[in-house]
Amino acid sequence: MSDVIRLKKGFDINLVGKAEKKLVDNIHPDTVALVPDDFVGMGRPKVVVQEGDLVKAGTPIFYDKSMEEVMFTSPVSGEVVEIKRGEKRKLLEIKILADKEIDYLEFERYTVSQLASLSKEDIMPELLRSGVWVNMIQRPYGIIANPSDTPKAIFVSTFDSNPLAPDYDFAYKGQEQFFQAGIDILKKIVPQNCNIYLGVNAKAEVSKIFGSVKGAVTKKFEGKHPAGNVGVQIHHTAPINKGEIVWTIKPYGVIQIGKLFLNGEYDASKNIAIVGSEVTNPQYYKTFIGANIEKYVKNNLKSDHVRFISGNVLTGHRIEGNGYLGFYDEQLTIIPEGDKPRFVLTDGWLGFSDRLSIHRAWGLLSFLNMSKERVIDTSTNGEERAFVVTGTYEQVLPMDVLPMHLIKAILANDYDGMESLGIYEVIEEDFALCEFVDVSKQELQAIIRKGINMIRES
Amino acid sequence: MKFLHKILEKQRPLFEKGGKYEKFFYLFEAGETFMFTPPTTTQSKGVQVRDAIDLKRLMMTVVIAMVPCLIFGIWNVGHQHALAFGKTMTFMDKFLFGAWYVVPMIIVSYAAGGLVEVVFALIRKHPINEGFLVTGMLVPLICPVTIPLWQIGLANIFAIVLAKEVFGGTGMNVLNVAMTARAFLYFAYPSQISGDVWTANETGNVISLGTQGLVDGYSGATALSVAASAGTAKAEILQAFANSWSPDLFSFWNLFWGAIPGCVGETSTLMALIGAAILVLTGVGSGRIIVSVFVGAYFMGWVFNLLSANTFAQMPPHYHLVVGGLAFGAVFMATDPVSASHTATGKWIYGFLIGVLTVIIRVVNPAYPEGIMLAVLLMNVFAPLIDHYVVEANKKRRERRLVSREAI
Repeated sequence: MSDVIRLKKGFDINLVGKAEKKLVDNIHPDTVALVPDDFVGMGRPKVVVQEGDLVKAGTPIFYDKSMEEVMFTSPVSGEVVEIKRGEKRKLLEIKILADKEIDYLEFERYTVSQLASLSKEDIMPELLRSGVWVNMIQRPYGIIANPSDTPKAIFVSTFDSNPLAPDYDFAYKGQEQFFQAGIDILKKIVPQNCNIYLGVNAKAEVSKIFGSVKGAVTKKFEGKHPAGNVGVQIHHTAPINKGEIVWTIKPYGVIQIGKLFLNGEYDASKNIAIVGSEVTNPQYYKTFIGANIEKYVKNNLKSDHVRFISGNVLTGHRIEGNGYLGFYDEQLTIIPEGDKPRFVLTDGWLGFSDRLSIHRAWGLLSFLNMSKERVIDTSTNGEERAFVVTGTYEQVLPMDVLPMHLIKAILANDYDGMESLGIYEVIEEDFALCEFVDVSKQELQAIIRKGINMIRES
Repeated sequence: MKFLHKILEKQRPLFEKGGKYEKFFYLFEAGETFMFTPPTTTQSKGVQVRDAIDLKRLMMTVVIAMVPCLIFGIWNVGHQHALAFGKTMTFMDKFLFGAWYVVPMIIVSYAAGGLVEVVFALIRKHPINEGFLVTGMLVPLICPVTIPLWQIGLANIFAIVLAKEVFGGTGMNVLNVAMTARAFLYFAYPSQISGDVWTANETGNVISLGTQGLVDGYSGATALSVAASAGTAKAEILQAFANSWSPDLFSFWNLFWGAIPGCVGETSTLMALIGAAILVLTGVGSGRIIVSVFVGAYFMGWVFNLLSANTFAQMPPHYHLVVGGLAFGAVFMATDPVSASHTATGKWIYGFLIGVLTVIIRVVNPAYPEGIMLAVLLMNVFAPLIDHYVVEANKKRRERRLVSREAI
């Protein structure tokens, strides 16, 4: 497997505030929350706990009525303190007061050699009821996989190429055996001819965790972001056709599965990177899925007018300073808000500017030094306009997909067009860079999701 | 500058819903965003940061790329006047003479174009788009200096309404707006935009024959019309060029340099190439289109050489690249991203065919000595068709993948 897939297209956003390779593990969140909106494509959640209930890590909290066997379980042990609902009783979040010492719901424990004798029938119920199944995302659509489907392949991208993304090799140091066990388990639940692919960064050193995994096919990728996006890796390995299903899972999910079977517990602890120009100590912190971020950002900010982003600057979402980390996110990015008007000649649209841009139009000087780490704020740098410019999206989407035409097919409600232009192969994150570089400031990720939903519902 | 923004913000309630000037909200907004990049931030979902580019900056880059053509054009207006009357004028004299007539053209063009944009934005309640920054500059550059100002205004209004707004506004137009303006003038008022209208007399009007003080043998004809009439008369083209009334007026290098009669901004191939360099280096214009237009024109010129249908057809192909408005059209008209092909492959084909068609129209149809205008408009219409085939090819690849998988 020495052949490397080289991607020429893409764009690296280099920002100030990279995480130092140090792990802080003495901060414990007061509360954690499960937010149904974190699960894309979720139907109607049915809550199975009540306020005041005591739960263990791994106790079911709610399930989706359209896929009842998949449980969403508590990341920590403690008391359910609030079940927050919005209009029409829509479930907004479930808050759990976290114990200092986590008490785990007990699952069956196996030794490595016992794993080999397990069958799919033994494994599936455990995956589903423990809460680890939620890590399995299916393509097309980017939603939680349906356990009754048979995928043609499983993909794991072992590196994150997003801006300021955590280094998995550091974050999951010492978890080799769990990762291997997770892969072994996954092998058991899919047919013989279904490969598990590991997308590996060709430029990085051979990784301890992912370098010596058995039972998976390694594919090396080299290139700028989005080379680490699993969608891009699928496209260049085994592209998804209409009617096919591919499952994707992050390394974190594989490790969680490994821990479930080797340790017999649903371990939702997670090493996240807190990064960005406004963080005093950008480094790794040990926390839990859905943790409240307040304790982690306290005394850790350089300024107070900032935006907290659960996830990275391209695909993440804004949260409050006392908000909760998104379910799948492994990074908290903090950057300055950009809500200042800028005068046309000094730093507005005619002035020279070192603000980051892939473009080289009049006054934009960032192309002179692309490798420089920049501070970037949340300004839109302009207003929404009609689609005028052509050829920019294509520069940052390393797929044989015509992004502009796909977007226009969605806007025109052209179902046939969407299908034949590759809607099955993409999800929001694949269009995040297109959205970033867009001159017309359109919300492309939202448009892509709209298209996916149209196809799902048709 | 913060105080200025505060003053503006204080006026905002007047223009917002329920305010006294509610109807003019987008005019207010355009004014404010012209002076200040607005303080809007990204949504809570989707990208949290945005590239520093915006459409205003992009359009301004195109305008800046036109500046060399504009300055040269202004000088050339004075220079042609000096040549025709045998005057000695300094650089500054020529420049001021030209500016006196060209600047009003630009003002009228922007005023008329801006007016239509504003009216449509107010009626349709959408922000004012920046496209007219470019169109407003292009139109004067592709008209003769002697054109009546009202025609420039009218052409702008006609083109923006009929070529752009009826299709839904910026980003939706099929035809290049500036070329539509010129085509409108060409067919509606042919006597002011064709013939020997390129050189201005003292008052900025067309030089009528027999005017006192004219140089012996003066003719206001452009290189293209000289070539076209030589072609009909079966005379050697290069000989006809050499016999021009002013020595070396139509030598290759003078054609390249651009000190020749023609529309204000289109005469100089050199300046158009400088503009092309700005567009391509900044990534704003498509280098694919520019190169392929030139390649297409050279190729067709060469084919005509082989066929040698008439003496015009025998003109060396490289002359095709420097006469008329080919260079200006290739750089500033064909590259308009909205009306050109949208796909990378399509851009090569689109540009090449513009070049080919330009030369065909020039050589084969003596009624239209300049081919670039019609070639661009014609290919604008065909661009979606070219794209269609490129897109279909992409779809086919996906389909084949599916079929080949099912076969296994």
